[in-house]
Amino acid sequence: MSLVLLIFLPIIAALFIPLLFKKVGQIHTGWFVLLVPAALFIYYSTLLPSIAEGGNRVSELQWIPSLDIAFIAYIDGLSLLFSLLITGIGALVVLYSIFYLDKYREQLHNFYVYLLMFMTAMLGVVQSDHLISLYLFWELTSISSFLLIGYWYTRDRSRFGALKSMMITVFGGLMMLGGFVLLGIMGNTYSIRELISQAPELVSHDFFVWALVLILLGAFTKSAQFPFYIWLPDAMEAPTPVSAYLHSATMVKAGLYLVARFTPIFAASGTWVWLVTGIGLFTMLWGSFFALKQKDLKGILAFSTVSQLGLIMSLLGVSAAGFHVENATEIALNYAGFAAIFHLINHAVFKGSLFMIAGIVDHETGTRDIRKLGGLMSLMPISFTVAMIGAFSMAGLPPFGGFLSKEMFLTGMVALTEFDLFSMDVWGIMFPVIAWIGSVFTFIYSFYFVFHTFAGKHKPEELPKPAHEAPKGMLISPVFLAILAVVIFFIPNIVGEWLVKPAVAAIQPFMYDSPQAVDVHVAAWHGYITTELWMTIAIFTVGGLMFWTLRKWQHLYDRFPNTLNSLYDNLMFLSDTGANRFSRTYMTGFIRSYLVYMFSFLVIIVLGTFVLNDAFAIDMNNTAPVGLYEIVIMLALVGSTVTILFSKSRLTAIIALGAVGYSVALFFVIFRAPDLALTQLVIETISVALFLLAFYHLPQISRKEERMRFRFGNALIAFGVGVTMTLVALAAHSGKALPSISEFYKETVYKEAGGGNIVNVILVDYRGFDTLFEIGVLGIAGIGIITLIKLRLTKKEGQHENK
Amino acid sequence: MEIIMSVVIGFLFMAAVYLMLSKSLIRIIIGTGLLSHGAHLLLLTMGGLGGESPPVVADGVSVSDYADPLPQALILTAIVISFAVTSFFLVVAYRAYQELGTDNMELLKGTEDHE
Amino acid sequence: MKTNDVMLQTVTKVVTFIILMFAVHIFFAGHYTPGGGFVGGLLTASAIVLLMLAFGIQTVKKIVPVNYVVMTSVGLLLAIATAAASILFDVPFFTHAYDYFDLPLFGKTSLHSAMLFDAGVYLVVVGVTMTIIQTIGEDE
Repeated sequence: MSLVLLIFLPIIAALFIPLLFKKVGQIHTGWFVLLVPAALFIYYSTLLPSIAEGGNRVSELQWIPSLDIAFIAYIDGLSLLFSLLITGIGALVVLYSIFYLDKYREQLHNFYVYLLMFMTAMLGVVQSDHLISLYLFWELTSISSFLLIGYWYTRDRSRFGALKSMMITVFGGLMMLGGFVLLGIMGNTYSIRELISQAPELVSHDFFVWALVLILLGAFTKSAQFPFYIWLPDAMEAPTPVSAYLHSATMVKAGLYLVARFTPIFAASGTWVWLVTGIGLFTMLWGSFFALKQKDLKGILAFSTVSQLGLIMSLLGVSAAGFHVENATEIALNYAGFAAIFHLINHAVFKGSLFMIAGIVDHETGTRDIRKLGGLMSLMPISFTVAMIGAFSMAGLPPFGGFLSKEMFLTGMVALTEFDLFSMDVWGIMFPVIAWIGSVFTFIYSFYFVFHTFAGKHKPEELPKPAHEAPKGMLISPVFLAILAVVIFFIPNIVGEWLVKPAVAAIQPFMYDSPQAVDVHVAAWHGYITTELWMTIAIFTVGGLMFWTLRKWQHLYDRFPNTLNSLYDNLMFLSDTGANRFSRTYMTGFIRSYLVYMFSFLVIIVLGTFVLNDAFAIDMNNTAPVGLYEIVIMLALVGSTVTILFSKSRLTAIIALGAVGYSVALFFVIFRAPDLALTQLVIETISVALFLLAFYHLPQISRKEERMRFRFGNALIAFGVGVTMTLVALAAHSGKALPSISEFYKETVYKEAGGGNIVNVILVDYRGFDTLFEIGVLGIAGIGIITLIKLRLTKKEGQHENK
Repeated sequence: MEIIMSVVIGFLFMAAVYLMLSKSLIRIIIGTGLLSHGAHLLLLTMGGLGGESPPVVADGVSVSDYADPLPQALILTAIVISFAVTSFFLVVAYRAYQELGTDNMELLKGTEDHE
Repeated sequence: MKTNDVMLQTVTKVVTFIILMFAVHIFFAGHYTPGGGFVGGLLTASAIVLLMLAFGIQTVKKIVPVNYVVMTSVGLLLAIATAAASILFDVPFFTHAYDYFDLPLFGKTSLHSAMLFDAGVYLVVVGVTMTIIQTIGEDE
């Protein structure tokens, strides 16, 4: 229970943010927000010892018990690691944003409400054990990401980027929901833990591959894998704290989390291993290759994030391959799972700091265009140092954390060549080759990012603002992360013991039954003659040479067409205009056309059902006798209706309508419905008064009247509806499928409801809901009428925005 | 009786639909009024018209042959709602005439650039 | 409408009160005999409409200074509060209760929570009907 409530803590705190922003405006709202992730981080840290021993925590809150849907917070090694990342990086990002966003100019209440909403959503994703609540939180991350990217909503690029990310991730989310439902059908449960325990039976199910592909679509769109990555570069329109938080450290890793979480279920499938490894590795190459094309600092980082996510994704794929090997713990494959998690931590650390530096450069110089930047080293020494540490860690240089995980990545890829399932013996050699090329480009763009910004010639005339070092508060978070990147290099095994191994045990339960069983020891130095070492040395040399000559060949990038993005743009354009054109074929603007559609469908559907079920029935028995009064009233009713049809003046028509109403009231009298008769009489009177009032104000209309011409088409439809209704009335009277519920009312009305007039008791008691909503409708109609008459918007043409 | 009522209901619906398909806004409003009358009678007929006494239990003494109270309750709700809707329509027509000077649906169609 | 309405006005003075008394009667009788909030509300509204026809809207507005929009909202709130009150007694939404009491003047009377709900309906019906007529009537 309490763990579930902690998930909701940020969103509950968000309720108070607008109030704090309005009332305590002189203190930056961020300081209050900071308390939330900081407190959560401290709490989750206290769980570390028990989780590191292989324990777990579960708590449950019922949501829709009738459908068996609940919020279940399940914390094991993997969930805890992500929760710590979310709250830890979250706290640092909030701290950074306090200095990044101006408290007077920015709409901080919006910003922090979205951010806290995201925090809840993300914690929910990584802790939910129930698939449906996981999906709910998953889409909530998409929505809060949409709101945060569009935070500066007056900019076209922001709105475009927000919509693009929403379109792609929500598409993936829906696919994933399909996969979840299939899993639910297969295993007859929505609990991930129960599904994992059933994994061996699920494999042979018909839906297995479908569920696999659908869930991967969700993961790939969220984690910006090829070809869905195109939303991430456009998402860079968000404020930089958001990019650092959502689009590098947390949200885009939700896809990785999903793949890791489902590895125990899907690892048995060769499709899974191939797809996850293959797409991941290709994304890594693609992202790193195109990072060099970018001119925008954040664009470079976006492509680098795509590439790094691909790297981690491929490692997760390799760790699933461990399922198929008898002695997986013996050979080097066991590095893969460890490397994936370890690199995930490293990436959050160095990429977070790099984004913050990009934000600082933007903030202090006014531009992120790398062609205008240069030579900032002497002006911004601290930022330069942090950027260098982050970039070197990303490039895989010692002594930074990234070096260790990059080495393990290469080890894992090389190990694939020894793997002899799924025709890996033929294609396996491709993996280390692609990994190596990707790493070379990673090396180059890391250097490109740092040195083209901070080294070279300073061009003050091109900068919108004179460059200077950032304020101290803004530097706290990036400096802290940079220090962390160094520290991790020296204590990799402590990090491994507390954070990585418990998570690995959750990903590869088929290999390890407890975190202690994960037999991986990280060392910076493996010996002289390992393949990985030579690969690393080759990366440094080739990468260094290519960076040296970068200016000579970078222009070649302009020859690559931007196929994927234009595909997306065309798709959006076509669906927009296509839907527009299609709806114009039937949306004529005539109310008559719409009524014709509705009535024709009514006739077709009702008569069709009649024919299909053979429901035509006329029961001549059991009818009430026909009396003289009835006949007279009926004639009056029909007569007044005919008068309406043929009347030339409106006044006649209205009076005839009144006559119809009074005839109906008389019917109610005859058929023993006193309440109805009373109501109908009064209503009819007031209606006539109302019509007269309206006509009193519109004298011109009632004088001259265009004669209503007979139209055959209209008459045909009208006749059809009339016949249908007669048939319905006959059939309803003749065949009764169920006995009337009225018997129940008659028995209970006096004893249980304490009333005598059954009709009124039905209204206020048995079916009170109807009445409640009815008076609601009445109120709405009243409001509508007041609005129509009192508000004269058309009179104020000048205020119309588009004119 | 129910058979004849069914025919009358059909006739009411037919007249209502014919009016609703015409061009004049005020005729459409009258048509909706007729439509609701037809619907009320339809509900009443569905429940059977043969009840001997109104659905009122006097002092706890139950009579066997009541008119069916459920359709009556439904109709009561429907009457009041249709009154609200009719008056709303009326105001729409009235305002449309005030602003645009016509109640002809063909002229009220709107143009291509009104989107 | 500046015709001589002496007859109408004289009759209205008497008839209005008859209608109002009848409306109140029918509202309270509604649970046991024909009547109830809807009819009672409509009758009340029709009495006021009659007044308006006889004396003009502005005069009636002075005599009966009621804000009908507020009346509607009060009715809606009363209805939903009656329905929701049952939650406080740990029974499902919309559960009504009634009991018999000995009141002075009335003798043995049954009191219903459903009556409160019906009073909400009454207020809404009067409020909305009068809102509609008043807004249209006042519009120039």
